[in-house]
Amino acid sequence: MAETSQPKSFQEIILRLQTYWAGKGCAILQPYDMEVGAGTFHPATTLRSLGSQPWAAAYVQPSRRPTDGRYGENPNRLQHYYQYQVLIKPSPPDLQALYLGSLEAIGIDMSLHDIRFVEDDWESPTLGAWGLGWEVWCDGMEVSQFTYFQQVGGHDCRPVSGELTYGLERLAMYVLGIDHVMDMPFNDPQTPIPLSYGDIFRQTEMEYSRHNFDAASTEMLLRHFEDAEAECKSILDQPEEDPKTGRRIIMAHPAYDQCIKASHIFNLLDARGVISVTERQAYIGRVRALAKMCADAFVQTEAGGAAA
Amino acid sequence: MADLLIELFSEEIPARMQARAGEDLKKLVTDGLVEAGLTYSAAAAFTTPRRLTLAIEGLPAMSPDTREERKGPRTDAPEKALEGFLRSTGLTKDQLEARPDKKGDVWFAVIAHKGRPAAGIVAEVLEGAVRTFPWPKSMRWGAGSLRWVRPLHSVLCILTDEHGASVVPLEIDGLKAGDTTQGHRFMAPGDIRVSSFEDYAARLKAAYVVLDPAERAETIRHDAGQKAFALGFELVDDKGLLAEVSGLVEWPVVLMGDIADEFIELPPEVLQTSMKEHQKFFSVKNPGTGRIEKFVTVANRETADDGATILAGNQKVLAARLADAKFFWENDLRNVERHGLDPWLGKLAHVTFHARLGSQARRIARIAGLAGEIAPMVEADRKEAKQAARAAKADLASEMVYEFPELQGIMGRYYARRAGFSDAVADAVRDHYAPLGPSDAVPSAPVSVAVALADKLDTLTGFWHIDEKPTGSKDPFALRRAALGVIRLVLENGLRLQLDRLIDAQILRHQIEPLEDEEEQALLKTLLGNIASHGVFGSAVRAIIDEAKENAPDWLGRIENHKPDLSDDLLAFIHDRLKVYLRDRGLRHDVIDACLHLPGKDDLALVVTRAEALQAVLDTDDGANLIQGFKRANNILIQAEEADGVEYSYGPDAKFAEDETETALFAALDAAEAKIGPAMIAENFEAAMAAMASLRGPIDAFFDNVQVNTDNQVIRRNRLNLLARIRDICLRVADLTRIEG
Repeated sequence: MAETSQPKSFQEIILRLQTYWAGKGCAILQPYDMEVGAGTFHPATTLRSLGSQPWAAAYVQPSRRPTDGRYGENPNRLQHYYQYQVLIKPSPPDLQALYLGSLEAIGIDMSLHDIRFVEDDWESPTLGAWGLGWEVWCDGMEVSQFTYFQQVGGHDCRPVSGELTYGLERLAMYVLGIDHVMDMPFNDPQTPIPLSYGDIFRQTEMEYSRHNFDAASTEMLLRHFEDAEAECKSILDQPEEDPKTGRRIIMAHPAYDQCIKASHIFNLLDARGVISVTERQAYIGRVRALAKMCADAFVQTEAGGAAA
Repeated sequence: MADLLIELFSEEIPARMQARAGEDLKKLVTDGLVEAGLTYSAAAAFTTPRRLTLAIEGLPAMSPDTREERKGPRTDAPEKALEGFLRSTGLTKDQLEARPDKKGDVWFAVIAHKGRPAAGIVAEVLEGAVRTFPWPKSMRWGAGSLRWVRPLHSVLCILTDEHGASVVPLEIDGLKAGDTTQGHRFMAPGDIRVSSFEDYAARLKAAYVVLDPAERAETIRHDAGQKAFALGFELVDDKGLLAEVSGLVEWPVVLMGDIADEFIELPPEVLQTSMKEHQKFFSVKNPGTGRIEKFVTVANRETADDGATILAGNQKVLAARLADAKFFWENDLRNVERHGLDPWLGKLAHVTFHARLGSQARRIARIAGLAGEIAPMVEADRKEAKQAARAAKADLASEMVYEFPELQGIMGRYYARRAGFSDAVADAVRDHYAPLGPSDAVPSAPVSVAVALADKLDTLTGFWHIDEKPTGSKDPFALRRAALGVIRLVLENGLRLQLDRLIDAQILRHQIEPLEDEEEQALLKTLLGNIASHGVFGSAVRAIIDEAKENAPDWLGRIENHKPDLSDDLLAFIHDRLKVYLRDRGLRHDVIDACLHLPGKDDLALVVTRAEALQAVLDTDDGANLIQGFKRANNILIQAEEADGVEYSYGPDAKFAEDETETALFAALDAAEAKIGPAMIAENFEAAMAAMASLRGPIDAFFDNVQVNTDNQVIRRNRLNLLARIRDICLRVADLTRIEG
């Protein structure tokens, strides 16, 4: 039986999710070491959802959405927040039950709450990806996204991956009964040095809000976007055979890093308000083109299911 | 006889797809069974979020034996032909019958098809249905390749007869059909074995699943109504929401909660929209205050605390949502009170309406210009019409409409009132989008009509100007809807407008870039005003152009050389929509066509009155026969004109009349012409049509007794000219050549 005692802090909820999914056989990975807009961008999801190799991973991913910055004042909007991400390929037949078990593990009593799977199809124009699934409601509150990936980077997903994404702050606020994210206990409130979410992030939210909206150098960002785009292409243009080792080494991951970079720079430019409606589509198309090239490259690799 | 029960059990099916899916399953399976020779007495489909169920009664145990006869080659045909026939029938030569035919003996194959057991047919039909199911969107899952709307977990398929139930042997991509299902996900998990439809429905109910969506909807409606009624409140009806919510639950439990006092002052539309869109809550109104003070949410389960936890959670989520809405509302109101609508209009200068049609601000200016010109034609105050047109789109820059786009116009009315505008102006702000659908109410207040017309005409002329017309099924800018809006505004308000002029004025407004110079602006305004009221080729417009010709600005040439091609094309588009609209009201399209080829075709109300009168007269005996007479006259005339290479348009002379029916026709034409002319001017179409129909007798008598193409060329020419007169007189009433039949 899952642990149903009430958690006391944000980090306890994260730790319980980690323990739960580890118990269900997932590799517990660490966050990707780059700025991303969502947990989906982690190569452990984007790239590993491609190809035929089985996969099961769970991880926390710090995520950045520059346009959502509110100087730490809004009760539930942040430009930097955490997502919890689970990706299992092929999607197991009992994925819904596994997911519900994870809610019990963080202290949601299924006999008292109303859990609902409400249609919400997922699409990422920048990743050239889409899937069908639901947003999961707990008593009318959206607590997770549940998606069966159908296509990523323009490639059909065979087999299909099941992806779960938990918005950790929102979910934790609900479980802990907190109204303002900054008031949420980060560690155990009974501890000698209790820290709230605000103690850790209020100042950074202010700093980054100012930076994202007003200070980030757009001229530099525009240049870096071009650089990342060019670098991604140039990495993939290299011959498959490494001249030094004589081995076949396709650099799908380093190229994909540049795609992630371009995507984040685009988000910053968007927050700076220098991208017009028409240009927006063009930028999204450019990032998608990179994502497709990286996906094309990845499926040529061993991890991507190509014969070694 | 046997009954069939099918259940396709899956992960949660989107609510909006369920009803259609139930019908599709029923159609696919029953069509397939009937095609294979299995009749049935009744079929019913049911859906829940997790299942599609089909119950079919009265299937025979076997499909009937059938006999098929096929005719083959002649008995003396080459061996090759016979071989082919044997291959295609699967028979041997000694099984064929030789039968006499017209040209000798012919081989016949008589193939007997044995009836097949129902189970085999059901298995094939169901597998076919599952594999070809027309989901709007479907997916794969796991490592399989089967497609369904969400992962399909089990297939229940049993045939029940007097000996009991048996599972239909069937396997689809590893899913083996069985006789078990599952109860409510949380309240009664676990397998349930069933033996018939009645048993299935009863066991599901015991396992907290109401199978029939209509029953779930009724439970929700009834329980919610009762809860509201008990407090003296009333539930705000919402059929769409009811259907959706019924598709989100298997065991509906209605819970009613409070809207915190601090939110009750929000406009009811805001409360309702926020609750419905985000939370799928019903609104509950206090008839005493007229406000929405409570909400109803529908949970999918019973709980030990009677839903207290669930309600508290929902209430909290709602409070967060409404706190946002309240923040937007108060910000918007504060802005309007301090600065009026101008700052929003300023913002709209930076919002693109369409890349090639400029900003929202430019669009607003164009609409205001046209609305001012339309105002006197619809008895609206010109100043109010222009004010309303300027205010109409201001709310697009408000925070509330940014958050809830469906509240556009509704919020605009609140803000316009707060900004101090009259009720007529504020109402026009709300109503100028109408009518949106074919059954929407059409605005009738003059200011609203002026702005609603100007808005739609601006959209139509704009997209015509940049050549983005609808093609086939593609109409991304909803231009057909805009044209129908214009038609309904005109007809339902009985407006007499010369649309051509308004269209010309607005096309020019699109074509001429905004002017910097104030004098030029004033000149353009005068010119467009004159074009809207007197037409682009009117003498007033020409006079102004001539006067301004010295140091004339470049754009003046645009007006001077304006060609009506674009406006004609747009008007033709509006006429096409008019035909569709009137066809639904019983007016024939050829009758409308006949009335569109007369002057005044841009006056839609006039066109419709004419068409109605024409159709009425065509429905009479005289009218129907007159058409035949007219066509006969016209055909003879066309042939003669082609053969002789001349046009017979000289007036015929009565003195060459030989037969008395010919003389009578002269007299009848004179009499009819004398009536038709004035009647048309007076728009008394019934009288004009009656005068035209009165020609039926004299024309019929003339054709019965007179040979038009006689040898005497003088008399022949005179008679042809007489036919031309028939044609001319009739064409003054309507273009009868376009009448079919």
